[in-house]
Amino acid sequence: MKSSKLKVKTLWFKKLWIGIGILVLLSPLGLIIPDLLKAGGAWGEWGTNEIEKVAGYVPHGLKKLSELWSALIPDYAFSGWDRGIKSYIAYIISGLIGVAIIVGVTYLFAKILKRGERGMN
Amino acid sequence: MHIPDGYLGPITYGSLWAAIAPIWFYASKKIKETMKASQVPFLALGAAFSFVIMMFNVPIPGGATGHATGATLIAIFIGPWAAIMAVSIALIIQALIFGDGGITAIGANCFNIGFAGVLVGYRIYRLIAGKSDVTSRKRVIGAGIGAYIGINLAAFLTAFELGIQTVLHVGADGRPLYSPFPLSITIPAIMLEHIFLFGIVEALVTVLVLLYIQKSHPELIRG
Repeated sequence: MKSSKLKVKTLWFKKLWIGIGILVLLSPLGLIIPDLLKAGGAWGEWGTNEIEKVAGYVPHGLKKLSELWSALIPDYAFSGWDRGIKSYIAYIISGLIGVAIIVGVTYLFAKILKRGERGMN
Repeated sequence: MHIPDGYLGPITYGSLWAAIAPIWFYASKKIKETMKASQVPFLALGAAFSFVIMMFNVPIPGGATGHATGATLIAIFIGPWAAIMAVSIALIIQALIFGDGGITAIGANCFNIGFAGVLVGYRIYRLIAGKSDVTSRKRVIGAGIGAYIGINLAAFLTAFELGIQTVLHVGADGRPLYSPFPLSITIPAIMLEHIFLFGIVEALVTVLVLLYIQKSHPELIRG
């Protein structure tokens, strides 16, 4: 009885992860639909080139801090893969990488928290 | 709503790092005390969901884009403190790996979206849901309103933090050093889009997922 209950549990739990997988596969809609409707990025999330266009200049402090960090996969895109189908593929791969890292980090976080307790191997 | 590096000056991003640190500490303590090892996968699922739902940019035709955060929704299933950590983990990975939100602004973004958005959204949900059955309509209404207000609060905090930079930091030439737009621009620009579109998207995502879980796996919803 208990084991069959557990099986059902893992089955629906798998379903939830499949749901995440489907969302990742559909995520390029988050690029395609804004493109179709000629929408830009989010308000106030411009790079220094765009902010120069919007504000007329690039504030000093902003410029300095904006160069602080170089992300591994900026904007969920690969260089040279920033248009059309290739950008959608890069977006999906970024989604998969992001989910994998997040799951790893979360488990690590939980493991550190629960260190020394039973049932957390 | 992901504030990039450079938009906030050190006073603001420093204060928000200082504000989020004890919140993370308290949330971690809560998780350690109350979460069973078997529930850890849900924490991971919540963080992954928040990350993925934020990839769905929703456009204002000819204007800007925005997205849902899933903050209230995640709290309904794993509790507010676990949800604060789940959304924070998603935001930290977005900043570090994808440059979505700044490194200096991690404290700010986690405070706005991860803490304020989650906790207020969840409290409103609880207030409306009361002791009702997990499959009740009250839960759905509470979740929708909580999610709507939660994301709008996060948006307001973002707009406020951006807007005060012109007051806090001015260069020798009299020009702003960081985000150059005053509150009179940031508040309407960010709030209107969240009140009329992104807040509704957040509420819809929350309500639809909750309706589905109520039908298929009501035992997942915290009583």
